[in-house]
Formats: sequence, C-alpha cells, structure tokens
Amino acid sequence: MSTHKPFITAVCAVVMAACPIAAIAQMPNDARFGFGTPAKPEDMARYFSIPPSGRGLPPGNGTAEQGAKVYAENCVACHGERLEGIPQPGLGGDKLIGGRGTLATQTPVKTVESYWPYATTLFDYVKRAMPFSVPGSLSDNDVYAVVAYVLSEAKIIQPTDVMNAESLPNVRMPNRDGFVPDARPEVQLYH
Amino acid sequence: MSKMAPVQYDEKTRRYIDAMIEAEEQDRAALRAAEGNSADAECPCREGMFPTRAPSRRRFLVAAGSTVGAGAAGLLGARAAVAADRKAPPGAEYFDVPDDPTKQQGRPVAGDGGYGTRSQFETEVRQRYPTPNENTSWSLTPLDKMLGNLTASGLHFERHHGGIPTIDPARHQLVVHGLVGTPKTFTMADLKRFPSVTRKHFIECSGNGLTEWNKPTLKTVQGTHGLLSTSEWTGVLFATIAREVGLKEDGAWVLAEGSDAAVMTRSIPMEKMLRDAIIAYGQNGEAIRPEQGYPVRLVLPGYEGNTHIKWLRRLEVSDKPFMTREETSKYTDLLGDGKARQFSLDMDAKSVITFPSGDMKLPGPGFYNIGGLAWSGRGRVQSVDVSVDGGTSWYPARIESTPEPMCTVRFSFPWMWNGQPAVLQSRCMDDTGYLQPTLKELVAIRGSNGPFGSIYHLNAIQSWAVAADGSVSNVHA
Ligand code: HEC
Repeated sequence: MSTHKPFITAVCAVVMAACPIAAIAQMPNDARFGFGTPAKPEDMARYFSIPPSGRGLPPGNGTAEQGAKVYAENCVACHGERLEGIPQPGLGGDKLIGGRGTLATQTPVKTVESYWPYATTLFDYVKRAMPFSVPGSLSDNDVYAVVAYVLSEAKIIQPTDVMNAESLPNVRMPNRDGFVPDARPEVQLYH
Repeated sequence: MSKMAPVQYDEKTRRYIDAMIEAEEQDRAALRAAEGNSADAECPCREGMFPTRAPSRRRFLVAAGSTVGAGAAGLLGARAAVAADRKAPPGAEYFDVPDDPTKQQGRPVAGDGGYGTRSQFETEVRQRYPTPNENTSWSLTPLDKMLGNLTASGLHFERHHGGIPTIDPARHQLVVHGLVGTPKTFTMADLKRFPSVTRKHFIECSGNGLTEWNKPTLKTVQGTHGLLSTSEWTGVLFATIAREVGLKEDGAWVLAEGSDAAVMTRSIPMEKMLRDAIIAYGQNGEAIRPEQGYPVRLVLPGYEGNTHIKWLRRLEVSDKPFMTREETSKYTDLLGDGKARQFSLDMDAKSVITFPSGDMKLPGPGFYNIGGLAWSGRGRVQSVDVSVDGGTSWYPARIESTPEPMCTVRFSFPWMWNGQPAVLQSRCMDDTGYLQPTLKELVAIRGSNGPFGSIYHLNAIQSWAVAADGSVSNVHA
C-alpha cells in the first residue's frame, strides 16, 4: 500500500493547484459579515446631538425667567452669580458671558457670548454635560430655560423670548461668522 | 522674538499656565528633596541626566503605592514581606533588596498573581496639569525618561473632560446610525469578530506646548511636549463597519460620541473615517487602558488628540458637522484678526530633543548621544536634522526606528561637547515635504494682524541651551 502514497500526494497537489479556492481565506459573498443587531428606535431614544439646523431638538420650551431659577439651583455654584466663572479648585466653571468685541484685542475673552457661533451648541452641551457634578440630570424644559437665561444675560435674546425647537436655531450669535476653515499646511512656510 | 507682539492668551489659559509653573516647581523641589535624602546625593548626574538609582521613601510617601491584591498573591505562595511603610512608586511593588541576589531564592513564579509590575526602582510618572477641576484636566508623559518608540501604556498622556468612567465591557455597545442603510448596535464581542488591523500611531493633544508661545515657560520636556504618546493600536477599521451598515450618499461627516460624563462629541470628515479610522480595543498587546478609552476608542491617525473619542459608544453619519462645543468653543484657533480656524485637525510635523533636555545637567565635556522623537500627522517622517548652534548649521540625524505613517520615530545624533555654551535644536521633514517651522515663522502667520489667541497647534522647533556648567534649559533661540 505504501507505494501509493507518493501518487496520492501528487494528485492532491495537482487538485489544489487547479482549485486554489480550497486553500485561500474566505469572505461572505457580499463582503458583509452579518455581525451586530439592527438598532431599535426605542434603543436610540437616549441619544441626541443637535446640529445648527436644530434637527433632533426635543419638545418643550423655557424662558429666561424660568431659567434664572434653574441657574440658581444648578449652575451658580460653579459659574457664579453674574455668570463670571469661578476658577477655584474643585469648581473651575467657565465664564459664560462677556468678552464681546475682545477677540481681536490684546486680551481676548472667549465665552458663549463672545465666541460661540451657534445657540444649538449651548443646548446640546448643557443637556449633555452639565451640571458638571450631575450631567444629564435636567429636564428638556429646564435646559431650554437655562439656555434662554444665559442668552438673555448675554443680551443676545430678550428676557421674554421663549426658547424651543423652532426658535433656538434662529438665534443669531454675535460671533456667527467668526470661523474660517483650517488654512494649514500654511503656504507661507514654503518660502 | 522680543520685537514681536506677544501672543495673547485668554484669561483662563493665563491662569492655567501660572498654576502649571507652580506645580512644576513643587515637583522639582520634591525631587530635589528626595535626591538629597538618598545615597546618590554625591552623584554629579543627580540633576536629571540619569534617573536616580534608588527611589526615596520620602518622595513616595504621599504617592499612591501599589495595590496588587495581597489575597491573590497569598494564594499563590509566599513572597517577601512588604512592610507597610515601604512604599514603591506607582505601578510597582516594594520588595526587600538582598545584599547578594545570588545567595538566596528570588520570588516564586507567578507570585505576582499572574500580572507583572514594573521595577520598584523605576519612578517616572505622568504629571497632572493643575487645572482647578481634576476631572477636567490633563497629565503629561515623561518623554525624557521614555525608552524606545512606544509609550508604556501606564505613562500615555491623558486628557479627560469628565473623569475616567468605569465601563463593564459586557454591557458596552457601539451604535452606528444616521445616514446608513441599516442602523446597527455592536457588542464588544461583535466588534472582535471582525477582521482587525494592528498599527502604530502617535496621539498628540493639539494643546501640546500651549505654555510656550510667548516665552520659554516650563522647564522640562515633559512639560513642553508631554501631551504626545505612541502606541500600537488594534481594532476594526471604520471602513469595515461602514460596509456592514451601508452608507448613504449624503454621508459626509461622522459624529463620534463617548460614554463618559462629558459625553464627548466630535464631527469627523467621512473621508478621514474611511481612509484611516480604527475602532480600537487593543493597546500595546492588551485591552486599552481605562484612561485611554476602555473598552473601545476611536483612533484617527494624525488628527488632534481630542478627536480620538474614548469610551466610544456612538457613531452618527450626517451630511454636515454638528458644531459641538469641542469644535467651536474649544479646539479652534483664534488668530490675530479675531477670526478662528475651525476643524484644524491634522497635527503638523514636529520633533523634539529629549536628551539632553530641560532641567538636566551634563557632568562635563565629552561624548553625548543626543536623542529625541519626530512625528507627523500627515505621513511618515522623512528626515530629521540636528543643530548644536541654535539653527545656524544643520546635520542629518540617525533615524533609529522604522518610519511608519502617522507614527513617531526615534532619532539620535552623536555629539562631542567641548564645554562651550551650545543651543540644541531638531527639525523634521515629513514625506509631504513639509519642514518643521520656527516659532517666529508660526507667530508671523497666526498673529500677523496684531494679538492672537491661537494656543493650539504649536509645532515649532524647540531649543535647549546647554550652559558652560552643563546645565540644560528651555530657551527661545
Ligand atoms: C460642579 C461645577 C459645575 C456646575 C454645577 C455647572 N458647571 Fe458648567 N462647567 C463646569 C466646568 C468644570 C466646565 C468646563 C468643562 C470642561 O473642561 O470641559 C463647565 C463648562 C460649562 C460650559 C462651557 C463653557 C465654554 O466656554 O466652553 C457651559 C455653557 C456650562 N458649563 C453651563 C453650565 C450650566 C448651564 C450649568 C447649570 C445647569 C452648569 N454649567 C453647572 C463646572 C460646572
């Protein structure tokens, strides 16, 4: 029997050479693997990210008057009575208003009022990450209200203006046109 | 430099810089005290040319000691008794040092519970930048102490905006949705079933060096350049996941969101996502460290560090960027004319000499092997030059590791120091032909129209002055 072995080996070699498919890695035919589970709408409910168009802003509304209370209860400890920021250890809340017109001066002051291009970003950020110690704990009405309060203290909207999914994207921020695309690599360096 | 208008930092940044100067001073004082207290006090190298040879107890009295589970070790067998007051540096465990290790048995195999620690004699640590709130802060890699090209995972720099979350990988999911055919949720097990890639890349915070615009401010290279680290990352390409969910025609941006208290979000151009993005779960051969995004982070080779979203839980495909707080209020570059550059994402070519570097002291004239790191976010490092006369003449350096795209390389340059004052510099060129600029050139561009607050993206040539007594300091030359 042992005399057959070289023959069988030779046949195998020929077959494998002729049919390389048997020896290569394989992929699903449509290049998809089928891993993962289709996301259900109810699983998606907890996610949000609000672009300048306001897409995805939740129902609800608030005014600066209501927001003053929300601010006093949830923000003042770190951001200060006059929204001036408290740079103390353990707090470190940023200055939220002021600085308008300083960006091209010797002492630029970057705040929501002076620097932020979109009001939708303020809603998104406060809902997502504030109050710092209990992020994501405010109701949507409270977020609209405190956003209205900050914008009103910054003299960007009137104290009576109602902030909601329709009005917020229409708020025009003072530094709306203050941003330019990245100009790097800087051509001046190729001199 | 003196004739130019100084860079204007905003007031928050000015406070941060003052605090960092103070913290670095305290750190150096503690180091000096520890060294004065050790047997090495007479070593001429003690001022930082080489690490001190024995860790001082006093220095680590307050530092967190190692907390390797004593229970597990006890189960596995006897080991040297650890006296309560004998503290080891972070990441190490204290053991009594025998007079002659050849005359007694060492520690038993696997006596460490099955996961090793570093030597108790190795003391380098990350240093935290003293922002007022320690949950939104950063820590810097001790580049002067790093060996080789990869950064030890435990020394990789950190930047968190809401602390380090503790995440159970069994419960963690990544959802991919928006302008896709089939929105899908992936468990960690799902992600690990896909074909993976393993690639070495640096990550650098765009705020690296922000203290250094106006004048040489921090003393050590850890302070001036420590927001840079390199790892080998393992994970699934975003391109693979994109095919899995199917992309719709208008998908031009992808929002990445983290699962930390900051719920960090950044918008990334689709082109970058499809070309380079890795959904990474591995770092240097093991699971990503919690500080680096455990169980999964986005790695965007060559992009500024903030975009490499840690604790990644969501990717949303969109037609436009979302204008999140981190891409408007932060991580934008305010120029002299009051306009700010936005989506300044690439990290330009940069290099730095790490030996000798600030706060070291050369024991005397003679041979020194100058060494450092070079990197570019736009490709491979092509060449590195070194100058010992403040940039008047340049000589090619030796490249000591294989250049890879968007990865650091080690370089070195043999130098006979004649004992005269010298100014050491390095500059690199990447494979796009971009040459690392001088600080003067950068300031002329970004601040040409008066003052500016462009604190990010400082990739200028770094200068270290060597004085006749061998002491090395940070200078602008
Ligand atoms: C425990 C302290 C604390 C509280 C309470 C707090 N914040 Fe903050 N806030 C911070 C810190 C710290 C930051 C900076 C976060 C970072 O570094 O990413 C911040 C940042 C912000 C910013 C971004 C500022 C900028 O220019 O980028 C806004 C807006 C803000 N907070 C609004 C609020 C509002 C509204 C509330 C109340 C609902 C609130 N904060 C409550 C600490 C606090």
